[in-house]
Amino acid sequence: MRTLRFLLQKEFRQILRSKSLLFSIILGPIIQLTLLPLAANFEVKKIAVAVVDHDHSTYSRKLIDKIYASKYFSNGRYRESYKEGAKLVEQNNADIVLEIPHNFEVNMVRDGHEELFIAVNAINGTKAGVGSGYLGAIIADFNQNIRLQWDQPGHFAEAASIDLVNENWYNPFMNYFLYMVPGLMVSLLTGIGAFSASLNIVKEKEIGTIEQINVTPVKKYDFILAKLIPYWVLSMFVFTIGMIISRVAYNIVPVGNISLLYGFLSVYLLTLLGAGLLISTYSDTQQQAVSLAFFFVLVFNMISGVFTPIDSMPGWGQVLSYISPMSHFAAVMRMVVLKGSTFHDILPHFVAIIILAVIFNTWAILNYRKTT
Amino acid sequence: MNTAVLKQLFAFIQKEFYHVFRDRKTLLMLFGVPIAQVLLFGFVLSNEIKGSRIVVCDYAKDYGSQEIIRKIEASKYFKVQKAALTHDQIEAELRSGNIKMAVIFPDHFYNDLSHLNKAQIQIIADASDPNTATTLTSYLTSIINDYQAEALAQTNVSQTIVPQVKMLYNPELLGAPNFVPGVMALVLMLICAMMTSIAIVKEKEMGTMEILLVSPLKPYLVILAKTIPYLLVSLLNLAAILLMSVYLLDLAIKGSVLLLFLESTLFIISCLALGLWISVGAESQMAAMMTSQMSLMLPTMMLTGFMFPIENMPIWMQGISYIVPSRYYYTIVKAIMLQGLGFSAIWRETLVLAFITFVLIVVNIRKFKIRLA
Amino acid sequence: MDNIAIKADKLTKRFGDFVAVDAITFDVKQGEIFGFVGANGAGKTTAMRILCGLSVPTSGTATVAGFDVYKQAEEIKKNIGYMSQKFSLYEDLTVMENITFYAGIYGLSDKEIKDRGAELLDRLGITAEAKTFVGSLPLGWKQKLAFSVAVIHRPKIVFLDEPTGGVDPVTRRQFWDLIYEASDRGITAFVTTHYMDEAEYCGRVSVMVDGRIDAFDTPANLKKQFSVNSMNEVFYQLARGAKRKAD
Repeated sequence: MRTLRFLLQKEFRQILRSKSLLFSIILGPIIQLTLLPLAANFEVKKIAVAVVDHDHSTYSRKLIDKIYASKYFSNGRYRESYKEGAKLVEQNNADIVLEIPHNFEVNMVRDGHEELFIAVNAINGTKAGVGSGYLGAIIADFNQNIRLQWDQPGHFAEAASIDLVNENWYNPFMNYFLYMVPGLMVSLLTGIGAFSASLNIVKEKEIGTIEQINVTPVKKYDFILAKLIPYWVLSMFVFTIGMIISRVAYNIVPVGNISLLYGFLSVYLLTLLGAGLLISTYSDTQQQAVSLAFFFVLVFNMISGVFTPIDSMPGWGQVLSYISPMSHFAAVMRMVVLKGSTFHDILPHFVAIIILAVIFNTWAILNYRKTT
Repeated sequence: MNTAVLKQLFAFIQKEFYHVFRDRKTLLMLFGVPIAQVLLFGFVLSNEIKGSRIVVCDYAKDYGSQEIIRKIEASKYFKVQKAALTHDQIEAELRSGNIKMAVIFPDHFYNDLSHLNKAQIQIIADASDPNTATTLTSYLTSIINDYQAEALAQTNVSQTIVPQVKMLYNPELLGAPNFVPGVMALVLMLICAMMTSIAIVKEKEMGTMEILLVSPLKPYLVILAKTIPYLLVSLLNLAAILLMSVYLLDLAIKGSVLLLFLESTLFIISCLALGLWISVGAESQMAAMMTSQMSLMLPTMMLTGFMFPIENMPIWMQGISYIVPSRYYYTIVKAIMLQGLGFSAIWRETLVLAFITFVLIVVNIRKFKIRLA
Repeated sequence: MDNIAIKADKLTKRFGDFVAVDAITFDVKQGEIFGFVGANGAGKTTAMRILCGLSVPTSGTATVAGFDVYKQAEEIKKNIGYMSQKFSLYEDLTVMENITFYAGIYGLSDKEIKDRGAELLDRLGITAEAKTFVGSLPLGWKQKLAFSVAVIHRPKIVFLDEPTGGVDPVTRRQFWDLIYEASDRGITAFVTTHYMDEAEYCGRVSVMVDGRIDAFDTPANLKKQFSVNSMNEVFYQLARGAKRKAD
């Protein structure tokens, strides 16, 4: 224990003294947490519609007004021909071209039906799907309206309608920050944990001081603990700052128990620092450690469910996601903050993360050698 | 340039290749990251929301509800679990994250619909992820609209608008077409800017830079030699990404491959210039890495538009995106690869990119001269 | 044989088919200054790493401070000090912080750390620099400080791996004074070097060539044996026969 005290004293001195490290560990997340949520907004809105109106009738103008009145569509441009509309799409100045044919209104009244032509830039599949869906809904609504307005009762059969009664739980105002900020916090903590611990140990290798430690009676686990504890404490601190930022800047108050979050985080950090340690035992230079850490952090991030839904992944992707520690923390974070999930709800994630912690740390300690 | 200088330059480039290709762990970064990204984005990740687990509570169990449930089950967007849960049970399921939505058909659903001309379906969505909640609700709405349209088609109803929708460039709404250009921009930025800056700072840290600078080769040739391997690695990566896109992801290159490579070379040069710029300022490898991360990686991920829609961002942030080179490159790649457009459609972006590159090179040369003076 | 500090018998280390250390046999007496010389790549550092418990030998036996290198590596580590050719203090810690750290991990009490630290600073004449960052000290001072820190826990043996590399002659002289002082206090010094004038300062010298010990005696006897006037010439005669290239 006494040895550990001196090892820890040294680590803390070095960390607190390194301005650039402290800057990147503490200020970095603060900046990212205030800027990223502003950008990380997947909501599909402000879809630019180019309208080619060959009809210029009351119907067509009403339809166009209705489209632009929606919050999903930004005020678009009018073009005289489809070709010109398509040109706007090519230049990325429009997402959708809506073409209203000649005699749209006349045909509607006379024949009882008419076609509208819609072309969607589908390079971004999600935006295209959701956007054309919104447009379809507006057109259907418009359709319903003109029927009610123009139809003589009894002339045609009345259409039956189904009402969707829609309840949005946990986030009734559909606040996107509420969902993204906790996720981004998980992403940031993961980056710090994996990079800092691995780089720190490799640095001692590079400058040769690790040799000196190896000839002292310092025990392997003391040395490793002394490397992990400071970053564990630091990450807890960064998490606390993150919670304060999300409270102040985004008004996010966890519905669930905060101590549950800290409890889970403390185990999660063990897993993560173990992974960082593992990377350091496989690297000889900082460049290598950065490369390895970067690779894994990237993969962890992408399959974590923070940015894309896990349900959409194929089976083996979901398995991959399950064995990556970050997915569990992301899930727990959102569950507790947004839904007030209890210990019982998050128990499966807890078990998974403990198993992962044991695996990473055992592997790392076995792989760290004092002798050759 | 006479042959002796060329020979020296060649020797230097050869040395740099040894550095790059002998370090297996760094190679993992150089080639593993791009490949993993393409594979993950291609097969695992998708912004599309599908396969969402929902529970359907059918208290009606009549012709109408069963017909709609059959339609929901047939959709790829939902994984349906049928159970008549109580309100509390639904809440527990939502809270533990087992389901994303509950759809409830009340008693006498079809009876109400056919006799009162009005019926209700209740949806309870887990809106903790607003995007998923909205999307699932809109999928469900269109399924129900569909059902109604079919029912209407059997009766005689007036004034029906029939929208004909055509999906341009990507009719199946796949994720790949959107991300491949983004991954290309990200990977080239990563390799050229980040790895180059770390490699140069490493020579500075170890003091070997001085030795190179006192060699008979001109300083700018030394720098050229250091960057050429990364240029080649980048082009190799580009080729690998394109091959994977074509053969694994079935994403054809519609425009000119030559034009694509020329534009990419321009972008790579701008990234190399950025890497150099960082390396001049950074005093340690750690610092070079942090600077690259903060000032290059993040803006590339955030502000090119391939991960997050730019139009949703605050205006000032959209303004910043105009000085990010990868934004222009992303637009160029999309135009050539997916839209099959020629140079006439992208000359503006090319011009801006060339201008940024030119400015960066001038800044670098000036900084370098000051340091040597 | 209480007065034997280090004893090696047919100690061998192979890396694949490369024999780095080839059946070396020698002993070092308590309080002796023992010179371990050889060309680069002769196997000095490997042999020293085995004796420090950093590397496990392939065959042969060795004891350090009475402990077996195979089974009691951790016991050995408590009884030795070590200073490597790579500078081993933390440049981002101050002089006193480095002293506290190393003294602390060798288990000295707070009072001992304070007393011995003050004494050390006083002996080196750098009391005023206690709060200076080690990174900003001149190289000569760093080396002397590193040595003093390596013996702060009063080990039985101190291993010095090319301790005076890159240091000017005056500082080298002062450095050797520190080694003599330690030796007077009963600390055995095991020094590898390729400065032959330093070999002259040692009690006994072993010369390694191609992993073997080709000569082993006092400097005076070695010179007599090879009928030359300096250790330099002894070394040339032996090293000329080397087959291994310097690394």
